[in-house]
Amino acid sequence: MADPGAAPVVRFDRVSRRFGDVLAVDDVSLEVRQGEFFSMLGPSGSGKTTCLRLIAGFDRPDRGRIELNGRPVADLPPYERDVNTVFQDYALFPHMTVGENVGYGPRIRGVPRREREARVTEMLDLVRLPGVVDRRPSQLSGGQRQRVALARALVNRPRVLLLDEPLGALDLKLRQQMQGELKSIQERLGITFVHVTHDQEEALAMSDRLAVLHQGRVEQVGTPVEIYERPATAFVADFVGISNLLEGAAARALRGSEEPFTIRPEKIRILDAGAPTPAGEIAAVGRVHDVAYLGSHTRYVVAVDAGATLTVIEQNRDAVPRDVQGARGRRVLLAWPREQARPVREPG
Amino acid sequence: MSPRRHPSARAVSTYLFLRPRLALLLLLAPPLLWLGVVYLGSLLALVVQSFFHLDGFTGQVVRRFTLLTYRDLLAPANLDIALRTVVMAAAVTLAAAILAFPVAYYMARYAPPRVRALLTLGVLLPLWSSYLVRVYSWKLILAKEGIVSWFAWRGGLGPLLDAVLSLPVVGGPSLSVSPIGTFLTFVYVWLPYMILPIEAALERVPRTLLEASDDLGASPAQTFRRVILPLAFPGLVAGSIFTFSLTLGDFIVPGTLGNSSLFIGQAVLAHQGTAGNIPLAAAFTLIPMTIMAAWLLAAKRLGAFDAL
Amino acid sequence: MRSDAVVERAPLALRAAVLGVLLFLHLPFAIILLYAFTTDDASYRFPPPGLTLGWLPIAWNREDVWTALGLSLRVALAATLAALVLGTLAAAAVHRGRFFGRESISFLLLLPLALPGIVTGIALRSAMSLLGVPFSFWTIVLGHATFCVVVVYNNVVARLRRTPPSLTEASLDLGATPWQTFAHVVLPGIATALLAGGMLAFALSFDEVIVTTFTAGQQETLPIWIYGQLTKPRQRPVTNVVAMFVVLATSVPILLAHRLTRGRRGAAADAR
Repeated sequence: MADPGAAPVVRFDRVSRRFGDVLAVDDVSLEVRQGEFFSMLGPSGSGKTTCLRLIAGFDRPDRGRIELNGRPVADLPPYERDVNTVFQDYALFPHMTVGENVGYGPRIRGVPRREREARVTEMLDLVRLPGVVDRRPSQLSGGQRQRVALARALVNRPRVLLLDEPLGALDLKLRQQMQGELKSIQERLGITFVHVTHDQEEALAMSDRLAVLHQGRVEQVGTPVEIYERPATAFVADFVGISNLLEGAAARALRGSEEPFTIRPEKIRILDAGAPTPAGEIAAVGRVHDVAYLGSHTRYVVAVDAGATLTVIEQNRDAVPRDVQGARGRRVLLAWPREQARPVREPG
Repeated sequence: MSPRRHPSARAVSTYLFLRPRLALLLLLAPPLLWLGVVYLGSLLALVVQSFFHLDGFTGQVVRRFTLLTYRDLLAPANLDIALRTVVMAAAVTLAAAILAFPVAYYMARYAPPRVRALLTLGVLLPLWSSYLVRVYSWKLILAKEGIVSWFAWRGGLGPLLDAVLSLPVVGGPSLSVSPIGTFLTFVYVWLPYMILPIEAALERVPRTLLEASDDLGASPAQTFRRVILPLAFPGLVAGSIFTFSLTLGDFIVPGTLGNSSLFIGQAVLAHQGTAGNIPLAAAFTLIPMTIMAAWLLAAKRLGAFDAL
Repeated sequence: MRSDAVVERAPLALRAAVLGVLLFLHLPFAIILLYAFTTDDASYRFPPPGLTLGWLPIAWNREDVWTALGLSLRVALAATLAALVLGTLAAAAVHRGRFFGRESISFLLLLPLALPGIVTGIALRSAMSLLGVPFSFWTIVLGHATFCVVVVYNNVVARLRRTPPSLTEASLDLGATPWQTFAHVVLPGIATALLAGGMLAFALSFDEVIVTTFTAGQQETLPIWIYGQLTKPRQRPVTNVVAMFVVLATSVPILLAHRLTRGRRGAAADAR
């Protein structure tokens, strides 16, 4: 597990990178700690891939410093950094076998053949892909190729492993399986993983800590729970999970101040219109505008009198769920604990 | 191949890696030197030479700027040569276009992929395999005692052949020593250069366009004239660039199958040879160069370069 | 025309025309072959009075043929080598960077092939006379390499375009220097393109006659020898034998190069 006391493995100090008139990375500062599974989450164009490439050495910042293990790496080419990458398209060398691909790093370093082969076997076992040593990448499935790419990057025991949307091309079931495997491999080896994704569920599931990026800036860094339960900005609240944003007059009516705040849909309870407001909770009356039965849960869209529209999600615990169709148009009372209403700031 | 054993190589690698522009320069320097300096330089030298003049008495080239050589170029005999060559180039281009079109059309529209691949090979192979042999083959075929003559006489067309041969300007003692023979050979040799660009242009015409034309009531002939031909036009222009340019500069074909009337290529060869009149040879070369430059410009305007 | 739908039958006239043109293109080779075996050595009489294999050994024993062949081979090899190196350098440069004048490089490389041979020939000749350079083996190679470069360049650039940049990045990432990346990853990737380009360059050089006429002086490459024979009336079938040999020597590399570039296209599709 990560040790917050030790020197950060990766450190960005006010890093900026511009491409033409686009500021891909805008004054980013962050730290990745030794041994942690760190994710960078954001939509496309948020700068997360650029940050990854800056760590790997394929690109150099226009401003700021990047340090690996406390050492500035401005003049270090990728082949001299103790960093390895799993590419989004896997980038397996087509003219080499799986064994040769995985053994490429050691071969370059001059590791003798016997030891090299042992390491390759060890790695392929680790990623659960024994017996494909002599096959070519073109003969493997997407999931298998992904594992080979992982093995190839790990065989060098780098300090940091970078993963560029590694699970994007896999189907849902495989993706979930790989999430678990990646996590367990990381824990077993103790290597620091820096993982880039646009899939917020993936980031939440795998990371020890994550950074949410938007338009080249870091909106928030924290553990998954922190990010989800206490989003710092409206963007984070909206990008990670669904959220309701209330501001202005509606905010004042419900919470007493115009400061914008967010409330997660699953934190809101739906009660009948005439029910009393539970203690310590904020309540809002309104009319059900739309209902969607989604199997495991039901989603309501409620227009509250205070002047906003709230999405509410209710898990279908009961054997016979509430009458869904009849709910449309009904007047209801929404309630949520006061402290669940999170004030958000504008990104600064 | 341990990098640690070659620290200096690694250092150079890294130095260049961090300076991509320098690396680029180093990559480009040799080819640029060769082509930029050597080739472009000699083209320049050529133009420069055309402004020198060969002294008739000493037989030496006088390296002083003068327009005398160009004045020589404008002599009637030389203008004849130029005109002859241009007319031949135009005729060859036209004939090649007519012969090439059906093949290109078939390949683009009707041929299933396998056949098309075979046909492409069938067109490419003669193109790439020995130009000289292909020219030579026509000397054989058109010879007075050769195969064409034999078939003509056997088929009762003998008198026709003789009549054609006795035509002024284009006739000659035999097909293999006449402008007609030269013409036929030129068409034969450059035909693939015309087929391929037309085929490429036609391939880009979506089928739905033809169906639409059909749908709107056009007859096949009208569809051909109004839809297919205009869309094939850039390919035609591209092909014509090749046939025109190649004919303008060629000396082998007229030398092998022509009579004593010279073409530009032969004039160039003759003047730079024993006579050593490189200025005049250079001046002659400028004719096809300027014609082609103008043609290329026009072709660019007409959008022919997409077909290449 | 994109024919995704049912392929229709072409009209008979069209098919006949295509056949006619194809025969027109290919029959002359057959004729040359025929005349290599005729017993008549002084004219091109048809039909040939008799057929014989006798010209083959005679051609084999001709000194001048061997000398010319040797020169052609050496020139082609040297020109191909130069073209491979220069073409690859240029392709690598154009592929990597967005730089000023990138389009012009492609155009510049294409120029020697696009302009008629006589222009290249006389230009080089005139430069040679200006600089006082005497004719030699190297002047011939210089001329040939100039138009052979673009053939290699086109092939390599096309192949480089089809390789994802992540491959070189992966190699660098795994600890290989740019030199090592070139040797282990890039070169194997372009190997068949180089081979195909090299073979095309070889065929081009082997067959070339126009530029060579201007840069060769007294020396004879095989095409120059053939050209010289066209006006000599003796032992004509020998010329035909040599001609057939030249056709074979240039067709085989062409076919192989074609195979190489076609086969790759299929393989590249599934090696994602």
